Amino acid sequence: MSEEQYKSGSRLEQVLTSGNFALTGELGPPKSADRETVEKKANLLKDSVDAANITDNQTAIVRMSSWGAGLIAKECGLEPVMQITTRDRNRLAIQSDVIGAAAMGIKNILCISGDHHSFGNHPTSRIVHDIDSVQLIATLKKMRDEKKFESGDEIRNTKKSELIEPRIFIGAAANPFADPMEFRVVRLAKKINAGADFIQTQVIYDMERFKKWMDEVRDQGLHEKTYILAGITPLKSAKMAQYMKENVSGIAIPDHVVERLSEAEDQKAEGINIAVEQMQELKNMEGISGVHLMAIGAEKSVPGIAEQAGFLPRPTQYEKIS
Amino acid sequence: MIIAEQKPFKEIYESVKDSEKLLVLGCGTCVTVCMAGGEKEVGVLANQIRLAAGKDGGKIEVTEHTITRQCDEEFFDEGASEKIKEADSVLSLGCGVGVQHIVQLYPDVVVRPGVNTQFYGATLQQGIWTERCAGCGECVLERFEGICPIARCSKSLMNGPCGGSSNGMCEVDPENTECAWQLIYDRMKRLNKLDKLMDYQPPKDWSHDRDGGPRSVSREDVLF
Ligand code: SF4
Ligand code: SF4
Repeated sequence: MSEEQYKSGSRLEQVLTSGNFALTGELGPPKSADRETVEKKANLLKDSVDAANITDNQTAIVRMSSWGAGLIAKECGLEPVMQITTRDRNRLAIQSDVIGAAAMGIKNILCISGDHHSFGNHPTSRIVHDIDSVQLIATLKKMRDEKKFESGDEIRNTKKSELIEPRIFIGAAANPFADPMEFRVVRLAKKINAGADFIQTQVIYDMERFKKWMDEVRDQGLHEKTYILAGITPLKSAKMAQYMKENVSGIAIPDHVVERLSEAEDQKAEGINIAVEQMQELKNMEGISGVHLMAIGAEKSVPGIAEQAGFLPRPTQYEKIS
Repeated sequence: MIIAEQKPFKEIYESVKDSEKLLVLGCGTCVTVCMAGGEKEVGVLANQIRLAAGKDGGKIEVTEHTITRQCDEEFFDEGASEKIKEADSVLSLGCGVGVQHIVQLYPDVVVRPGVNTQFYGATLQQGIWTERCAGCGECVLERFEGICPIARCSKSLMNGPCGGSSNGMCEVDPENTECAWQLIYDRMKRLNKLDKLMDYQPPKDWSHDRDGGPRSVSREDVLF
């Protein structure tokens, strides 16, 4: 495929469209203007993943902006997936960030609503949600494909000048484990219809429930309309698993997983073993196009996990795999 | 109706303790129903202020009065007007509208708010009121079969639930707040309209909300 035939030409898009099984990572920006930490994490990740999500004020705590950190990552040779939440910025701010990021060479954007700010470090701030995540997806698609802003204005400097739209590979999140259960596939379909080129799922611990969700996804043929990357995060200990099970809504951890961890001699290693087994299983699952490995604060472990799962080396040529 | 909650007594007292002639003015409509600023609350609060002032050795002369609605000029009759003009300060237990309306009608009187005005809500049971409408200025309840995601979803999501909806409750306050999207889902199911959930809801026009600046309504047909 030539450069022009791609929606964005990002590495992630090329890996996926060529039929390679993708691996994306995650990079959590620091809580300061500390450039070095971003560089360190980017260097750890760059040869192990095709691209990495740069989170946007994750858990509603102020951090280096996703596009600032994304640019640093890019300079280090790690392709960024810039996350945008609808929590902090209205449609004006978001669209200006998008064209700014595109001008700087950022090619993947993931659209999410974001954690509620009452959980973060500025709980007294005002919440925005001018648009929601589905509307954000549709806005990006309109910007890219129709070359128009959400308002309908054309993306050009003057009436006579050239249209210069952001070329973006559009991502969205899906949570197969939250309620209402029956709404989850509907919500995925809405995101795909709005223009999601790829989907990253919430972390999977309950593989059985995930498979059921995928059955429904395949029944509706949704896996053929987008690329689905399955979310994986290694558990660090039985205690962490138990805590998450009880306290984090939208995350399902079955008892047998907690038991397996608590019986292990080295719980951390066992957590990685579980993740590796899951990655291998997902690689063979119909309709799954890649894994999204989220090891925030444990970027160090990513190359090892990718290696152990047999995901390395990452592709550098994107000839169509038949 | 408008739901309000009485401010902490300490805050109220701080704001009125320097006055000499204080009128505690209640409102007989919304704040009476939600038990924040009706005749009964006026009586209790006036006594509390007298007691506190007595302890301080100060002397505030406290009078009480309640009118049907502080947001309508017609209810400020001669009796109310006289009491307001005699006082140097008015402690209004009406909502924020009431406070400002008194200021507008009696420009020389100092007015203090006695309640925190909260939201447009309904009485769930005696003692529990809950938000139902955010006054967005362009009602879209038809699209959601009568359950408002703007006012009742913590993130005002218009195209479905976030990933935090769990057992029917909202992640932001799982003890007390229902997930609006669970409610919308259940309602669509009940009405056999689940396919309506697939409709894409475009970005809302917030210009009818406060985002368009302070709002007013004028109706030619009923103007005098
Ligand atoms: S859509 Fe607007 S006007 Fe209608 S209930 Fe919701 S907030 Fe109120
Ligand atoms: S849990 Fe439900 S009500 Fe709460 S923010 Fe998410 S969708 Fe909205």
